[in-house]
This record gives sequence, C-alpha cells and structure tokens, in this order.
Amino acid sequence: MAALTLMVDGTARVVEVDDPDMPLLYALRDELKLNNPRFGCGLGQCGACTVHIDGVAVRSCMTPVSAVGARRITTLAGLGTPEQPHPIQRAWIEEQVSQCAYCVNGWIMTAAALLARNPHPTDAQIKEALGDLVCRCGTHNAALRAVKRAAQAA
Amino acid sequence: MISQQTSSLSRRAFLAGSGALVVTLADAPAGAASANCAAARPPLTGDQLSSYISIETDGTVVAYYGKIDGGQGLGTAIAQMVAEEIDVPFERVRVVMGDSALTLDMGGASAAIGVSHGGMVLRRTAAEARRLLIELAATSLGVPADQLATADGFVQAKTDPSKRVSYAELIGGRYFDAKVNWNGKTSNALGVEVKTPLKQPSEFKVIGKSFRRRDLPGKVFGSLEMVNDKRLPGMLHARMIRPPVAGAVPVKVDENSIKQIPGARVVWIKDLLAVVAEKEWNAVKAARALKVTWSESKPNFPGHGKLHDYIRNAPVIQRTIQRENGSVEEGFRQAARIIEGEYEYPVQSHASMGPACAVADVREGEATIWTSTQKPYDSATCVAELLGLPPDKVRAIWMFGTGSYGRNDQGDATADAAVLSKHLGRPVRVQYMRDEGLAWDPKGTPSVNRSKAGLDASGKVIAYENISKGFSRTDTNTRESRAADVLAGHLLGFPLQPGLSFEIPVASYTFDHGRLGWEIIAPLMDRASPLRTTHLRDPYGPPILFGSESFIDELAAATQTDPVDFRLRYLQNPRDRDAVRIAAQAYGWEKRPSPRNDQKDKDIAVGRGIAFRRHFSTFIALVAEVRVHRTTGKIEIARLVCGHDVGMIVNPETLKHVIDRQLVYGLSRAMFEEVAFDANMVTSTDWQSYPVLHMNAIPESIEIVLIERPEAAPSGAGEMALGLVPAAIGNAVFDATGVRLRRVPFTAERVKAALDRA
Repeated sequence: MAALTLMVDGTARVVEVDDPDMPLLYALRDELKLNNPRFGCGLGQCGACTVHIDGVAVRSCMTPVSAVGARRITTLAGLGTPEQPHPIQRAWIEEQVSQCAYCVNGWIMTAAALLARNPHPTDAQIKEALGDLVCRCGTHNAALRAVKRAAQAA
Repeated sequence: MISQQTSSLSRRAFLAGSGALVVTLADAPAGAASANCAAARPPLTGDQLSSYISIETDGTVVAYYGKIDGGQGLGTAIAQMVAEEIDVPFERVRVVMGDSALTLDMGGASAAIGVSHGGMVLRRTAAEARRLLIELAATSLGVPADQLATADGFVQAKTDPSKRVSYAELIGGRYFDAKVNWNGKTSNALGVEVKTPLKQPSEFKVIGKSFRRRDLPGKVFGSLEMVNDKRLPGMLHARMIRPPVAGAVPVKVDENSIKQIPGARVVWIKDLLAVVAEKEWNAVKAARALKVTWSESKPNFPGHGKLHDYIRNAPVIQRTIQRENGSVEEGFRQAARIIEGEYEYPVQSHASMGPACAVADVREGEATIWTSTQKPYDSATCVAELLGLPPDKVRAIWMFGTGSYGRNDQGDATADAAVLSKHLGRPVRVQYMRDEGLAWDPKGTPSVNRSKAGLDASGKVIAYENISKGFSRTDTNTRESRAADVLAGHLLGFPLQPGLSFEIPVASYTFDHGRLGWEIIAPLMDRASPLRTTHLRDPYGPPILFGSESFIDELAAATQTDPVDFRLRYLQNPRDRDAVRIAAQAYGWEKRPSPRNDQKDKDIAVGRGIAFRRHFSTFIALVAEVRVHRTTGKIEIARLVCGHDVGMIVNPETLKHVIDRQLVYGLSRAMFEEVAFDANMVTSTDWQSYPVLHMNAIPESIEIVLIERPEAAPSGAGEMALGLVPAAIGNAVFDATGVRLRRVPFTAERVKAALDRA
C-alpha cells in the first residue's frame, strides 16, 4: 500500500494504492468518489472515462495511476462550472446535445482539448478528433454543431 | 450540485408516510383546514390525488411520475404539462420519477408513451388539483368558487385581484385528501378520470414552449449522480463471472486463484458465480484471475452467418395472423402478377454506453434497489420473488444512468446485486464489464420478413401479405417482473416462462385483401442464453419495417410508379398522407419511378428513398438521400428529411432533438450493428467486434419538419422515427443503383457484394 498524491481539478488529493497498475479511473471514482469520468469499456475504445492530463485528453481506464505523477488531472467537473462554463460546456447546453450523457466526459473533454490546440477546426478536423468516441444515443450531429458553436464563440 | 431528483424528497416523504412528520397547522390559514387536506400523505394508491401531485410549503408543485427519463428530456416535458394545468410557472414544478415508495407504477419507460400516457395522467390530476385549490380558496377568501381564477400559483378573485391566496398558503406542506376516478389498473394500463376539463390549446402558456432540459446542466458539469455513483457505507463491489461457452455452469472454483487480491472473495450460489471486493479494482482483478472449471456445453448455435437460413428452416411453434381483411387467397388467384420479397434482420444488442450497474441493500425482511432500469417497479417485483420477500418490502429507486434502448441488461444487474447483497448481508454494487454489456444483454429479435403482393392487370395491388418469421420478442419478458425474466433467476433455477409474440407492420395501406402476421421459432437456448430475445428500442420497427417498407418500394418500382405517389395511392388517412407529402415536399422530391438508371457509368451513384409508418397516433415519413460508392460499397448519407406528426407537441425543440438523435441511432443500427456469434458463444464483446456508428459516418444533414396538431392528443416520439431508417436508406440505394438491399446492416462489404451480383 502506497500513498500517491494526485493533482485533481486543482486540488492535491492523496490516494492509497495497493496496485500501481490500477487505472486512474478507479482512483478517481472509487478512491476519490468523483462521479466522473465513467466506466464504458475499460479498453480505451469509447472515451467515457476521458480526463485531461496536463491539458491532453487521456483515457483514464488505460492510464496506470502510478504513471500520472505530479501532472495536472482535470475532470469534466473541473473544466468549468455553471457560473463559469468552458465554451464547450456552454455550447453543449446551447445545443442541448446530450441524451443519457453517459458518454459526455469523452466528448466534452476531447473537444475541449481539440479547441485548446486548434481553436478554429474545420468540420473534418472535428470529426477526426472525435472520431473514436462512442455515443449510443446518437448525439453525433448535435455534438458537431456544439463544437462549431464553441469555436465560433472563441 | 444537482443530484437525483428523488433524493431530497424521499427521506421527508418517507417520514411523512410513517406519520413522523409533525405539521404545525397553526401556521396554515384557517380556511385551509378543510376536508381536502391531510397532514400525512394518504396511502400511495391510484385513487388518491396525493399519489400524483402535492404542494410543498414553499409552493413547489411535486409531480409523482411512475415512469422514468431515459435521456430524452421527459422530466422537462412532464413538468411543463403539470405546470400548465395547475397554473404555476414551469420552474416551480419538481418531478419525482420511478421511486416505488413515492410514485405509482405507471409502467416505467415503455413504448415511448411517456407523454401520451404518464404525462396525460399527471396533466389530468394537475387539473383536478387546481379545481380543489379553488375550492379551498373559496372557503379561505370567502368568495364563491365560480368567481375565482388561478394564475402563477395563486387563486384570486376575478373582480378583485387583491383578494388572493397562494397555493402554498392553502395546502403547502400537507397533502390533498381527495379521490380521483382510477381505473384500478397499474403500469401502462393505469388510468384516471377527473371532473375538471383540461385547458384548451388556445389557453396554453407552458405547453408548446421549448424549455431547456433540466437534466442537462448536471450532466454537462459532471455533478449529476447516476446509479453508477451510488455509494453506501460498507458497500462491496461485485463482478459477475460468465461462462466462456453459453450454457456452461461452474463445477469447480479455485478460490486460491484470487487469494493474493486484497479482500477478494467468491460468491457461488447454485449456478450463479461472482467475485466481490471492498475496492472496485480488486473486484475487476479477481474476476480476471479466478480459475473456474465449467461444465461441458454444446449450444450448437448456427452462427450469425447462417442465422437466416436457420430461421427459414426452423419449425414454427406459433403462427399468428394478427390482421386480415378480404380473402388473400382469392386476391392472389385473381392477380395478373405476383411479386414477392424477402428481407433479413440480424441480432442486435442494446449495447448501452455503460454496461449495466445497480446497487442493492438487502436487510432482514426488506430490500432497497437503486437501478437505472426502464422498469423499476417490475424490477422490484422480480427481486422480491428472487429473495422470497413480499413485493411491498422491496423499494426500487430509479436513478439516471446509461441509456438503455429497451429491455437491456440493467434489470439483470439489479437482480444480481440483490441476490449478492442478501447472501453477503452487505450493500452490493454490481457493475458489468464491456463484454457482458454486449455478449450477455438480452437481444433484439432477428427475423426474416416475407412479403407477397398480387397485382391486377392495371397494376393495382389487390392482395398483400406480410409475415415475419423469427424469434419471439418476449422470449425474455420485457417487463423483467419475474425471477424467470433475469439471468440470476435462470442460474438459480426459477422455472422459465418464455412468451411467444412478434408484431406486424401497421396496416395503413388499404388493399382489398390483406394478411399480416408472424411465425415464432423456438429459442436457440432455453436458459441463461446470451441470445435470449426481447424488446430492443422500437421493437415493432426496424425488423418489420425494413421488409415491409422496402417491399412497398419494390411494388412501386414494379409498376413504374413514383414511390411517393405509390404510397399516397393506398393511404387514405389524412394524417398518413400529410406525413408522406410533407416529408417529400421538404426534401424537394421530384416525381419519377425508381431506379434512376442514368448513373450506370458513375462510380458514385446518388439516390433518394422514402419510408413511412404510423405507430400509435404518430405519423412519420423519412426521406434519405445517399451516395453509393460502387467500387467500395460504402454508403454516405447526404440527407435525412423527416416529416413528423405526434399530435400535440409539449416542447418543440426537445422533440426535434429526440428525433435527430434517434435517426442517428437508427442509422447506426441500419449501417453497422450485428451481433456476431459462433457455435458456442456471442463473439461481439467490444466496440471493435460490435461496430457502431462513429463520427465519420454521420448524416451530412438532418432536417425535421414538425407537423403541428395542437388539437390532437399527444402520441409518442421516443422511438417511432428510427424504425424507418433501414428502409429509407435501402430504397435510396435502390434508386441510385437499381440494387435492392435485403439484409441489415448495410456494411460496405455487403453492399459491394450486392452491387457485384447485379
């Protein structure tokens, strides 16, 4: 059992870890009791577990907790607030994108990372950046509209 | 933080129900102490108005909705309907959903009747509550009821608005003590009649407005609590252990194989096998490490490649002609020409974004389950049978969770959690893994749809027959209310109770002689089958309409008739006809027969197709425009144009979103989804072996035309449009290429093969 300090949404959090290979997802959900990200596949195929590590969208179900180190972890809840929403979150509300929203961590976090490195992406670039995310409610077209709206607002 | 809507209320209402909540009547206006009020909530029965609606001390109207919001915004629509009839601002209505201790069983999510059934029940009771509030105010204000009006949560004198009293003052914090005329039924059949007339559309202030979804901020800012996030003190994490070959049961379990994993232990009850641990990751590791010897099993599944031949050849165990008019045999005898068509629909999975998750806390003589199943009331009944408890000792609390798209695996996970919690004496959270979410969920029905038509010498269709042959859509009951309806029940030896049913296309087309029916074949495996069949979203839709609406197109082509004109020729109902005409007009449909025949030398062929249906009182037509790449077989969707008539519209923007999302979902099923399986087991276990639609395959344009009929009763919209997607695309591909697609999904390989055969 080892204590690891994780920087999560701007706060240092200590987790007791008995397996350094445990995916970050389980540290965030089970140890730190965060309600996001979510378990979708555990295989890196869907994106429901996506967080930012130093601003890069990462699948937390495939990231060993011991590999994170002192890098900054941002979850959906740390990206913005109702009072100060991230432009993607604001656009997600404006476009009323989600249905069940089980997938939403993947879409919003991946789109936010895209806009950080490419503030005005083309449709093709958006589709490619979001291309390996799964949504089973069929919100894809709405998601595309929301990312474009956020890019235009920037 | 936005939490589950039930959580803040549940504790207090529970106290009230037990009589522990002390209401200080001295705080209430004297006039309110009327026979119409009760301090404690009257019993939760269908004949009590308080079972549907109450008003809190601050004037918040609470609507008790015995259904759930699977992600389409129903909670918002219900709040609008209640706010409209009781006359308070939309913001002042809170909707409590799917808690068996607080809300009547209105059937859970089922058949997309959340507005048309549950919403209308609550609308009627809200109107009745408003009438009673006026009665109370008449006493309180000393003004005759007929001289009072309501607005914004107040009752006031029509002639003197200074004489007014708020709903909160009249009854806030107490309950209506009044009866409604209940039909004595529960679930989808629950009905109430009230004395009060409903508002006319011309009076609407809240219905018809596009309020934003209330659930979205919590979802978008990561604060919404889903069932996956339910955490109880002392809760154990469980993972189920499923066999590598369908039908195998554990015969030997090596507990030493997980002894190095902290806190991990085995639970083995009859044929049900699981591991639990204090920490979730340790449960995952234990599930992977556990060594199990399984019994010999030879399911001899036909494999997905030979499934439809298997269906054709399998003995029929039940044949049902659901609708017949005229004499079909006579019609075929008179026909100058017979046309036949056959269409194949695969096994599809609910493939929910999140594999099922549930939490159960089973104590001495009672149990609580937290579940995101569509059918929380039925799940509670099922758990009661599994645990040997009286049904009223199991409380189901529905929570938001992954979208489910029908009878998915969440009822199974709920049952597993309850069995494990009882066995261990601690709260248990079950989370399925991805492979279970695809390989072990109950499946949508595969079938072969056969059509036959007889045409007279003029080309008029005089006889029409449509028969599906396939597995029952109720092999596993869609209501999961019995132990026999869930995997845990199968593994614990509860006797099976399979049902035999399918469905027919809606008979909107008027043919002189018609016969619509279905033939059921026996399930591939009788218990704990990974291929057990049940409702998948729009259960009456894609498997049947792919065949029937493609075949209508075949008939149009055979008679060199424009596909829109052909449909209009046989549709009489004005709403049927309007849906077809409006979709075609919105698309800019140019009349001509299919196929085009002018693109034979082009690698990319463009075509358009239409499909139509009526479902309940929803009337929908969908036009698809496609580009078919001949060399690869790839289909690109250029446009989807939908004409949609659902009757009265509660929230136009949310309705459009519901249609937009479901068309994309329907596209995924039409283009990509097929459960693969071999002789032993389902082999679709992840998002590579069960391909679904991704961003690269989305339609380039989706246009939705809402047909406004405020005077017509609201019907359903949650699944009706998606059933048209396969036929609309198949018809468009035919228009483009002259090649008829006869098997879903339209993978590039399959389309290429069909083009090459032509």
